[in-house]
Amino acid sequence: MAKSLKKIDIIFIPDSECPYKVLENSIKKNKEDIIQNLIDSGLRGRGGAGFPTGLKWKFGAKAKGDEKYIICNADEGEPGTFKDRKILSEVPRKVFSGMGICAYVTGATKGFVYLRREYKYMVPALEKEIKIFNKKAIELGLNFNIEIFLGSGAYVCGEETALIESMEGKRGEPRNKPPFPIQNGYLGKPTIVNNVETFVSSMMVCKMGAQKYSKLGTQDQHGSKLFSISGDTPKPGVYELELGLNVADFVEEFGDGDTKAVQVGGVAGFCIPRKKFAEQIIGQGPTTGGATMLFNSSRSMYHVLQNYLEFFVEESCGQCTPCRVGTQQLLKGIEAVKNGNKAPAYLDELVKLSETMKISSKCGLGQSVANSFASIVENFREEMIY
Amino acid sequence: MSDVTEIIEKQIKKYGKKRETLMPVLQSIVEKKHYLTEDSMLEVAKNLEISAAEVYGTASFYSFLDIKERGEFVIRICKSITCDMKGKNEIIKALENKLKIKFGETTPDKKFSLLLTNCIGWCDKSPAMLINDEVYTELTPQKAVKIIQDYYKK
Repeated sequence: MAKSLKKIDIIFIPDSECPYKVLENSIKKNKEDIIQNLIDSGLRGRGGAGFPTGLKWKFGAKAKGDEKYIICNADEGEPGTFKDRKILSEVPRKVFSGMGICAYVTGATKGFVYLRREYKYMVPALEKEIKIFNKKAIELGLNFNIEIFLGSGAYVCGEETALIESMEGKRGEPRNKPPFPIQNGYLGKPTIVNNVETFVSSMMVCKMGAQKYSKLGTQDQHGSKLFSISGDTPKPGVYELELGLNVADFVEEFGDGDTKAVQVGGVAGFCIPRKKFAEQIIGQGPTTGGATMLFNSSRSMYHVLQNYLEFFVEESCGQCTPCRVGTQQLLKGIEAVKNGNKAPAYLDELVKLSETMKISSKCGLGQSVANSFASIVENFREEMIY
Repeated sequence: MSDVTEIIEKQIKKYGKKRETLMPVLQSIVEKKHYLTEDSMLEVAKNLEISAAEVYGTASFYSFLDIKERGEFVIRICKSITCDMKGKNEIIKALENKLKIKFGETTPDKKFSLLLTNCIGWCDKSPAMLINDEVYTELTPQKAVKIIQDYYKK
């Protein structure tokens, strides 16, 4: 086993330890103590954006409203991500337990699991589990219950305000922020939106204590993280790894011996070329949702980028111009360079365009296109041209 | 029209006559009728007392709220990067040959529609596809054709 790569078993340790015991113990504790414990743990959102979870819960507790909502974001649509599928299939009680603790701390009375349409097959099993949870909540005297809201197929709905719009029966177009959902969310009420994995990690922080949890990881990002690993690897799957791992070690463990690039953070993330494996640490700098795809030397990085851009073109909600037009122009642009209709220097113009999208797009979708675009064009320029 | 009205009324009874009920209503119609016709969207608008344009706006936004005619079984082959690398093109070709339609089309007997879709979350077992709600993974052209044959018997 490579040095910086440490496999950990926190999230999937068997459900038999009865996570509702953690819920039961937690709701006897002081609310401020739970929040402080979460802040001290350094836990950051596991969906990708990496907002400090303790802080979000603190704002949620402070928010004024006659009703508050908790939404578990299970709209996992980032290509290369499938960890939430595994969590919801194997340890759903930990998710609901985390939601229950959040409800106790913030005073929310209603919870939703926003499940992506592609995972509809899970609904019967999840509903059975939710029934058990809702019964347990009544037993514990916790005024909180959960139901499923099924999505209808839109990547952008993973963005929390688009998700809320969608729950309100509208097109999944992100809202202007501020106000943030924590003040003005679902139906205008304070709403705490967290990723599936974040709820599990929050619950595990309550169980383990901040001190033990924050010892894991780096100064910058604490704890462990689920990685969805796919592509040219002999062992695709979901792995829990301590944050702060070196990409070279990662490739040694998961690569097929011929890895030329690793995409970290899904198509919205960064593409790391072989020459930079040694210097890149996952768990320092940008946070990640954990989608990690490996490409070996048989792959055309032009084709990879084209595939990503086709994805963005289709999934852009079309609301703001930089993203709607930008994604289309980037795709047309690389095709024009490849066909010889544009000079190679046009690639530099395209990188500038992607940077403009980063600062001018309304939500994370348009803002993140530049990540993979610039990192692929700059590191694999030859492949873009010839 | 009457059975669509029945579906709508059932959902309204369950969730209430409000805008938030729109998505469950549309999902429920698609589940039973395979897609949304203009008439059914008008019916939804009337029943929820919102404008038809808003119903169409919402329906047309989401890839699983089909507004084009679809068959009884909607096949969605994942085209995102990992499934692409692991041979989604061969799967598409095999199913196009088997069903004698191109992707995006519906068979004349209205039994199957063949579509492509973005990541369905099975990159660890790619290539993958959905048929309605069912997931099929680690496909080969032979395996995919066999799955379709089994659906013919349904």
